[in-house]
Amino acid sequence: MSRPVNAMKKTLSDRFNLKPVLKEMKRKRVCYALIAPYVILFFIFTVLPVIVSIVLSFTEYNIIEKPTFIGWSNYIQLLLDDSVFLIAVKNTFIFALITGPISYFACLIFAWLINELRPKLRAWVTLIFYAPSISGNVFLIWKYIFGGDAYGLLNSFLMDWGFINEPILWLQDANINLKVIMVVQLWLSLGTSFLAFMGGLQGVDRTLYEAGAMDGIRNRWQELYYITLPSMKPQLIFGAVMQVTASFAVSDICQQLAGFPSPLYSAHTIGLHMMDYGTIRYEMGYASTVAVILFLITTVTNSVIRKAVKPE
Amino acid sequence: MSKAMIRTGRLPFSKKGMREDVGRRSYRSAWGNAIIVIFMGIIAIFMALPLIYTITTAFKPINELFLYPPKFFVKNPTLKNMKDLFATMSSSYIPYSRYLFNSIMVSVLGTAGHVFIVAMAAYAFAKHSFPGGKFIFNMIVFSLMFSGYVTGVPRFIIMSKMKILDTYLALVLPMMASSLGLYLLKQFMEQMIIDETLESARIDGASEFRIVWNVVMPCVKPGWLTLILLSFKDSWGDIGSPSLYIQTESLKTLPQAMSYIQQGTIARMGAGAANSLLIMLPPIIIFIITQSNVIETMKSSGMKG
Repeated sequence: MSRPVNAMKKTLSDRFNLKPVLKEMKRKRVCYALIAPYVILFFIFTVLPVIVSIVLSFTEYNIIEKPTFIGWSNYIQLLLDDSVFLIAVKNTFIFALITGPISYFACLIFAWLINELRPKLRAWVTLIFYAPSISGNVFLIWKYIFGGDAYGLLNSFLMDWGFINEPILWLQDANINLKVIMVVQLWLSLGTSFLAFMGGLQGVDRTLYEAGAMDGIRNRWQELYYITLPSMKPQLIFGAVMQVTASFAVSDICQQLAGFPSPLYSAHTIGLHMMDYGTIRYEMGYASTVAVILFLITTVTNSVIRKAVKPE
Repeated sequence: MSKAMIRTGRLPFSKKGMREDVGRRSYRSAWGNAIIVIFMGIIAIFMALPLIYTITTAFKPINELFLYPPKFFVKNPTLKNMKDLFATMSSSYIPYSRYLFNSIMVSVLGTAGHVFIVAMAAYAFAKHSFPGGKFIFNMIVFSLMFSGYVTGVPRFIIMSKMKILDTYLALVLPMMASSLGLYLLKQFMEQMIIDETLESARIDGASEFRIVWNVVMPCVKPGWLTLILLSFKDSWGDIGSPSLYIQTESLKTLPQAMSYIQQGTIARMGAGAANSLLIMLPPIIIFIITQSNVIETMKSSGMKG
């Protein structure tokens, strides 16, 4: 009796190559010890939340009572019956499609131009351009600059010079506040990708430039296009991921500048919609559905862009 | 010689530079340079003005704060706003120094923990291959493609089950597991650490843990300095996660103190500006110190499609 079973076991473990894998795992156990603290926390705070979101998106859940399974109805309600969500989607895509690409190319162009400066000056200009993105919620100062009354810095300046007669409600007017927030968003956007591009530019092999000059490159644009950009493709991809991720997540800044909820939901975004249901109304199932949608939009866009930037 | 070449090669705006590497720079027109300098100047002013305005406002005496029309620069700078922040706020329910203490605790603990656990993990991912390693690392890279925002609400639920909501841990632990830091340090280690160095350390009988701290980390100083900058700036000025996970007033951080300061009388505007200054300065100072290291690290930040 035992012989055929044993033989079967053997073929099974052979087929899945379990033994050598286990042996290898045992030999490398120190690696698992090394990654354990990080991976455990990563699992709890990143992987598990994604799984929890997906599961809860099919339920109704208010934290106190047990979640009840309700199938696709959250999705149906969200996509067909929630006009505020549609505003949020529209605004999020406006941000992603306008500030996303602009900020990406701004990072690239400024990194490129700054990289040409001499080292001392370069360090200072880098600091000036990067500082807004690391100075926390100091962007609140834009509230004073775009203040809605005559005391607002911009209003007072424009009225002083006679461009306008009445103060403009920069952040309250539902027709213009999104554009104003975009300006602030752009101000904040020279972040990690900007630094990555600086690094990429400094990593370009200098002999390529000399060779290029011999091969008849005539202006700085040709140099950028034929030599610099192809050499820093990996950084370009990394920067794209950073920028896409950031531009789909715009929410804090809308909340802080235009208030929450903003007039007529004019500055509502998907992130804010999720926070609204998750932390104010405690409809966790519905909030999870919004999170899943945001997750899908961001990761799919990122994958598409990574494929597009990828060489060949 | 080559170093000198690289240096002077970076001097397109001066005639001196042209002479030394004519090959590269001769096709750069003076007009182009002039336009670029003006363009960059305008953008630099746009970037810097709000920050300068924050600084000047923090030092404005009360009569200048409410001047009409508002003035950009300060005429009679005063430290009164700073003093107010600590003095008047100390008589209130939660003293300002408590917010400051919380911010320092969270940022320093989180950053130190982040560097500590990421150092070991990045080393294992960079220099060892083990079953599942590639898969886990790819998962971490994948997580760069969605922001922490997506995980905000479920994190809230998980934390409430773990009973760490409304404690320092709610802010510190997620910060320690940030995936950007791990990605950057792993990439950097892969490039900087030569296998022979590790091999000779192993022959000397060093354990893997000792190798991380005594051999690898000294070689990747730019890498962990970058992690310090990124992790510190993320937590120091962050308003998102504290407002989600912290309710107790005495555990709130500086950015949260802002609304508390401003909900008082309008006369607190000066104190608010002083608070902004305190939020703004530390990350900028860290960046001034670490800048060249950060850019060095970013050279290896690239992704393969």
